[in-house]
Amino acid sequence: MKSDLLMEFTVDKENSTVKVKREFAASSDNVWAAWTEPELLDKWWAPRPWKSRTKSMDFKEGGKRLYAMVGPEGEEHWAWAEYLSISPKTNFKQIDGFCDSEGTVNEDFPSSVWDVNFSGQNGSTIVYIEIKHESLSDLEKIIEMGFEEGFKTAMEGLDEVFSER
Amino acid sequence: METRRDVFQAISDPTRRDILATLAGEPQNVNALSEKFEMSRQAVSLHVKILWECDVIDITQVGRERICELKPKKLREVAKWLEQFREMWEDRFGQLDEVLANLKAEKRDEK
Repeated sequence: MKSDLLMEFTVDKENSTVKVKREFAASSDNVWAAWTEPELLDKWWAPRPWKSRTKSMDFKEGGKRLYAMVGPEGEEHWAWAEYLSISPKTNFKQIDGFCDSEGTVNEDFPSSVWDVNFSGQNGSTIVYIEIKHESLSDLEKIIEMGFEEGFKTAMEGLDEVFSER
Repeated sequence: METRRDVFQAISDPTRRDILATLAGEPQNVNALSEKFEMSRQAVSLHVKILWECDVIDITQVGRERICELKPKKLREVAKWLEQFREMWEDRFGQLDEVLANLKAEKRDEK
């Protein structure tokens, strides 16, 4: 739905940064909530048929989120995020990486820094995200990991989760 | 670190993307490209040089003309994952649209 909404997507490989910009037909209050409240975040974050399950989330500067992407066979991929800075309704920055179910960081996988910006106007909200990787090779690794066959098809079928609400 | 010339740099600039799209139709010489983009020949030449350094086009000297031709293989590889990445975000945001629509509806119900 809402295919008319603007989305821009660019890769700045020189700075190892992925940039995504998207407009949402909702107030910045609601968009902010959907990004920062675990029960809402879990409803849209995971590529289907995977599900996002937040184990703990402390949305404050220095706080962390520990969550799993749970696959259709019950397999779990754990990830963590730490909130570096928060300006309510406008911006938050987080570092994002992989870990185990206890939150022990897996150094084998690259982490990335997310800069997420929100700007509301006339009832709609633009979200602009910059995802910066530490190095070019990290970005390349993410690309290789993330875009294997099946990841895309995994995106299909989550609508029912949302229609439950 | 030395600046790497690669496909991503090739497509990072809107003019270069336009040039590539034009070359996808048919090979062109640099002069024809300059006219098409209403830019100075120097500016177009610089973009063409970068595209060549990024190894996404071939340049062949034919008499006085320099013919630019697309090398589609590398571009296709990148286009493939870019497209998958874009689709992942589009799907994810489609889901977020649903969440937001539900939030709005809930609020309306309360009133």
